[in-house]
Amino acid sequence: MTALVDLSRRPGGTFALFAVALLCLVAIAAPLIAPYGPNAIAPANRLMDPSLQHWLGTDHLGRDILSRLIFGARVALGISLSVIAISLTAGVILGIASALSPRAVDLAIVGIFDVVTSFPSIILALALVAVFGPGLGNVVLLVSIVFIPHFGRVARAQTIAIRNSPFIEAEKVLGAQSWRVILHHVTPNIIGPIFVLACMDIPVVITIEAGLSFLGLGVRPPLASWGNLLNDGYTYLDQSPWLATFSGLSLILATLGFALLGEALRDTIDPKLRRTL
Amino acid sequence: MTAALLTIENLNVSYRGRGHSAHILDGVDLEIGHGQSVGLVGESGSGKSTVAFALLGLLADNAEVSADHAAFDGRTQDFAKRETASLRGTDIAMIFQDPMTALNPMFSIGTQLVDIQRRRFPKESRKALWARAQAVLADVGVQDAAARMHRYPHEFSGGMRQRVVIAMALLVEPKLLIADEPTTALDATIEAQVVEVLHRLRQRTSASMLVVSHSMGLIAELCDSVVVMYAGTVVESGKVADVLHRPRHPYTRALLACEIDPFAAFDPSQDLATIPGTVPDPSRRPQGCIFAGRCPARHDRCSEKPPQQQAGDGRTYACWLEAA
Amino acid sequence: MTALTLKDAVIRYDRLTAVDGVSLELRRGETLGLVGESGCGKSSIARAIVGLQPLADGTLTIEGETLQEVSSQRKQALQRKIQLLFQDPAASLSPRMTVRSLLAEPLKIRGTYTPERWARILELAVSIGLGEQLLSRCPHQLSGGQARRVALVRALAAEPSIIVADEPTAGLDISVQGDLLNLLRALRDRLGLSYLLISHNLNVVGRVTDRVAVMYLGQIVESGPTAALFRAPAHPYTQALLSANLTLDASRRGERIVLSGELPSPSNPPSGCRFHKRCPFAQPKCSIDVPALQAGPGERSVACHFPLSTASVVTPQAIAG
Repeated sequence: MTALVDLSRRPGGTFALFAVALLCLVAIAAPLIAPYGPNAIAPANRLMDPSLQHWLGTDHLGRDILSRLIFGARVALGISLSVIAISLTAGVILGIASALSPRAVDLAIVGIFDVVTSFPSIILALALVAVFGPGLGNVVLLVSIVFIPHFGRVARAQTIAIRNSPFIEAEKVLGAQSWRVILHHVTPNIIGPIFVLACMDIPVVITIEAGLSFLGLGVRPPLASWGNLLNDGYTYLDQSPWLATFSGLSLILATLGFALLGEALRDTIDPKLRRTL
Repeated sequence: MTAALLTIENLNVSYRGRGHSAHILDGVDLEIGHGQSVGLVGESGSGKSTVAFALLGLLADNAEVSADHAAFDGRTQDFAKRETASLRGTDIAMIFQDPMTALNPMFSIGTQLVDIQRRRFPKESRKALWARAQAVLADVGVQDAAARMHRYPHEFSGGMRQRVVIAMALLVEPKLLIADEPTTALDATIEAQVVEVLHRLRQRTSASMLVVSHSMGLIAELCDSVVVMYAGTVVESGKVADVLHRPRHPYTRALLACEIDPFAAFDPSQDLATIPGTVPDPSRRPQGCIFAGRCPARHDRCSEKPPQQQAGDGRTYACWLEAA
Repeated sequence: MTALTLKDAVIRYDRLTAVDGVSLELRRGETLGLVGESGCGKSSIARAIVGLQPLADGTLTIEGETLQEVSSQRKQALQRKIQLLFQDPAASLSPRMTVRSLLAEPLKIRGTYTPERWARILELAVSIGLGEQLLSRCPHQLSGGQARRVALVRALAAEPSIIVADEPTAGLDISVQGDLLNLLRALRDRLGLSYLLISHNLNVVGRVTDRVAVMYLGQIVESGPTAALFRAPAHPYTQALLSANLTLDASRRGERIVLSGELPSPSNPPSGCRFHKRCPFAQPKCSIDVPALQAGPGERSVACHFPLSTASVVTPQAIAG
């Protein structure tokens, strides 16, 4: 609880907490709060302006934009959290292994990281999806690969920073097995900055997913993803600006929320910054 | 008696934080005569470094500094307005504990030794300043000074760096040289060399010296008189020989008892001396004698602030006990 | 009876030879001091003895069993009999663990955790002044003295027979340093421990060790019973080191010998006697021949071609005390 209070004191912290909480709430409670089904087509009501029936208007098939945005939050959050979970786990394992392994193994792992990161993440994701095909499962797995080096690099650097510190050596002197040192003493002490990074990466994943969907390589229509919505909105922009505007705004709210939360989290975790408050 | 170089009466320093304030120095008196070397000795938390920093105007912005009277070289100084800051690098120079932090790694030693003199001798040519720097560097025992002037700090060993810092302090021809733990970071045989340099320096210059250290041995080696501090107050001051061999204040006595003399015969089964208890929290200082909580000779009157007692030969001590 | 023997130990870091042929013997129940200046290799020896640094050459024998000759399992068991007290005890405590789990760690590591054993550790902790209310704290919530005690109890919970203490009094105020040294001695006698005390503080070493070895540039230049060695050093380096020690009464230590020159780098040691370039008594021979550590009377050894006389003492006051 004190951590939350601390967070909200950071610049943008309150907004970040609010935005992220709202997003999560909406994603969880989507079926309860959405006024219409996300895929309920009503051709008669196509491309309507916002009104009391349809607060944010309707799209080219007469689907309620608000409902589609609400269900889109589910997709965005679901995909980004899965991607982060997979890449964080794999990245931390590889990073720690790399830092604690002999030089040759370390070099090999870092080399792979370098290759992956040498491509811009969106381009690499695009290429991978183009090769392996679109679809929810593929998008999650392939985008995860793109993000593994992010976490791997930080985990490696953090592990290198502490691997010769006295408390790790003290455990070795006590006769602790390697797995015990890694699980109980290395991981808890490197994970803080990695969580911050995860928070800051969530919006990037959301935009990549949106980008892929926008290009027709992500989630398949009619599933309501913000990228799909943006794509639809873009197609009919000259007839009705609402869909593009509102899906864009949702994207901005989500990215800003997570990015600011990440920054606030970093400031809270970093004791050097903590003292200045 | 001629006027002292530096006189401070009732120096107080406190920090105000969120909701609480910490009293770091409480009524410190300090006097340094011309050409005199004074040691400021105490353990961690005694405030000895704070005294040095206050003299230089180097305390943090949230420090509140006040003194009844402060004069340097005949001029009155106002601590509250940080007037002493202007003396820094001209009339007062400092030798820090860690020479690496006092030197800029990006510039050669020669450049730094020249630059330090600019404020003091604004009209001199660079060539003259360089020659001066080289002479002083040789003086503090840096061999091959001419070549070393072109070297960078990381190319020097710890002992050599400390000599460079001493040279730096000497180049501004200060009236007062403050040395804060000047040998603590050095190895024993190197420490002996630096002590030797400081010794020679004392005999050659007319500058006064303030040596801040936790080491009684260093103070005994370098100083004429000593000021013993405990938890932000001066508990005893006087000539080194008097204070170190005939201490009057129970704290000085207890502290000296903790010093180990490895050359003396001893009974190995006997416990080493210690001072039980801990230094009081500066944000909750006791009303009476600051040492009362740990004092073996504590009695009822110690709940009142003890008077400063004079004991001849310029010795003072703050204790209710009448005589030693 | 010997607790630990180090024989002809060589320790290398890449191309740098930090320790070059050091032999040490720690007797059961004694405190052996190892002194020297930075870079002399004393910390490398500590790390090698506790198993943090491999020996490039030489052997380590613990209670009669040589580590280089036994199975890796047995080696591990033997290694656990030696515990290290780190120079910075607070930093040696895993920052996200509570004191409770830190103290239980040695038992958990060996899988020997039982309520009885845990109770014994708690008892030990309380007996040296760690209250039970500290158990739920993390290292950063402890004072320096408390962290020191937690590290000490944790080391003892591993039930060692040998403790290596690396600069145990570094950074301690003199008024509390005695406390720690008294405690260490009491524990040694109570638990039958042997100590290897590594320090540059000659006052402490002179007061609490039984025997002492003096190192210079990766080698032992002199060793012997502490009192005798301090009174009449045989090696010029020992003499200079002792005379450099700042004491309150300068007359006690005799004339100060200020060595010229700096500590040479261990990566490029001088020829012959490694000390010859700084030695006030150096002869031509010293720059050519390497002096061997030779045993003399009174259990003393010195590595010097022209050792100082140990028959007479430096100053008469030294014994009178």
